[in-house]
Order: sequence, then structure tokens, then C-alpha cells
Amino acid sequence: MIPLSHFLIVSALLFSISVAGIFLNRKNMIILLMCIELMLLSVNLNFIAFSHYSGDIAGQIFVFFILTVAAAEAAIGLAILITVFRNRRTINVEELDEMKG
Amino acid sequence: MTFELFIFYLFSAVTLFSAVAVVTVRNPIYSALFLILAFFSSAATWVLLEAEFLGVVLVLVYVGAVMVLFLFVIMMLDIQIDTIREGFIRYLPVGILVAVAVAAEMILVVNSEVFNVDIPAPTPLSVNNTEALGEVLYTEYVFPFQIAAVILVVAIISAIVLTLRRRKGVKKQDPSKQVRTRREDRIRMVKMKAEKRQ
Repeated sequence: MIPLSHFLIVSALLFSISVAGIFLNRKNMIILLMCIELMLLSVNLNFIAFSHYSGDIAGQIFVFFILTVAAAEAAIGLAILITVFRNRRTINVEELDEMKG
Repeated sequence: MTFELFIFYLFSAVTLFSAVAVVTVRNPIYSALFLILAFFSSAATWVLLEAEFLGVVLVLVYVGAVMVLFLFVIMMLDIQIDTIREGFIRYLPVGILVAVAVAAEMILVVNSEVFNVDIPAPTPLSVNNTEALGEVLYTEYVFPFQIAAVILVVAIISAIVLTLRRRKGVKKQDPSKQVRTRREDRIRMVKMKAEKRQ
């Protein structure tokens, strides 16, 4: 049988790959959104693995809610992306500095 | 190596490979397609963990809706890949460094004896996964479920409002104006004498 730590290691590797992706593609807003999706995927894998190994279905309920919120987040993020592109003709994050943050 | 372990290694390897491809390939379309592959293979891993309903939901909702939205947006926008890719090589060392540090720390913690438990003996299920999930979702977690519905409605409305724009100079009908029109606006009664035959 597969021990629990195998799933946790896969999830940790997935999370660190997406952290590296945020560092590497720090100009492309679409890839940044995709990296966030990958991070949520690894968190979901953690939840499901623990839910399975502790025999408690509450972890799967949490994954359900995370999926809902992630879908809403992707929709709003892409809508903001389209609005930004329509106004500035670019999605380069470094050029979006009007607010001087 | 049991068959389950083989399946686990296969799908985990595909997931990790496609995750690496998502962050490294040049073209955003290819990275979206690789993200779809990552979602598919993780859905297989979830099915292996006896979360069948969530595996199907991942394929239906993520591959079917969210990734189609991503692809739609990528194809609709006119992106210059070259300007957006610059800095990739410059940030490569620090990115790899951070990733390796995060992964090493997590694996050190996760690989300890505490988490090295085997799967518990499978209890004979009286209901399937979907039914068990539904029983808990509609009783114990009914208020969070409603809040999730509200979040989705807010997301729909905000996405529509953000992308809505009114263009000037477009000729179109205004139905309410058409309905509200009165007879006096359109017809003018004119009194005049009949003309004589010449």
C-alpha cells in the first residue's frame, strides 16, 4: 500500500514548482494565475490524502469549497486581466505601476 | 511494487512533469494545455485516494470550465511573448533556489515517522463516496454551502460588471423608449381646406 508521506511529498514538490513559476514568470499575468491554480491543486491533494488516511470525509468537503472559491477567483482574475489589457494594451506586470504601490 | 503504487508513481510523475512544463514553456497556450494535463493526472490520483466525486468534479469544473476560460482569454488577447519572457533567465537561479529550499524543508518535515503511516484497513462502505459527501454537505455544512453559492453569484456579477463597456456611437434600439411612445409624438393633425381642381 502507498504510505501517506508519498502523497505529501508529491504535494510539496507541486507547491514548490509553482512557487518557482511565480518567480520565473513574474511579468506574465496569465502564467501567474495558472501558478496560483497549481498551488491550490497541491493544497487540495494534501486535504484529500489526509481525509483518506484519517477516515474523515470533512477534508473532502473542504476541497469542495476550495474548488468553488478557486473557480470564482479565476473568473474574477481573468475579468480584471481583460479590463487591464483593454485599457493598457499589455499584461506585463512591471508596466502596471500607475498606483505607485 | 504493487499495481496501486505503479499507478501512483505514473500519475504523480505526469503531474510533476506537466507542472514543470507549465512554468517553463514559451507559449501561454502550451502552458494552459499542460495545466489541463496536470489537472487530469491529479484527478486520477484523487480517484486512487477514493475521492471519486471530487476527481470527476475536478475534470468537469476545471478542465471543462476554468481552463476553457483561460484558453479563451489567452487566444483573445494579443500578447507579445518576447517582451513578456525577458527576465526569465535572470530570475532562473533565484527561482530554483527558492523552490529547492521550500521543497527540501517540506520534505524533511513530511518524511518523518509521524506521516509514515500506511493506509487504514478499508472499512466496508455502506454508501458510495458521492452519497457520503452529500449527506454531510447538506446537513452539517449547509451554511458554508449557501455561502459558496453566494460567492459564485458575486463572482458572476463582478466578472460581468468588470468586462461590461458601453460604446458610444452605436445605433441600436431602445425598447423602453419604443414602448413608451405616444400617439401625439408621431402623428400631427393638420386642418386645411380642400384644394380646388385646376
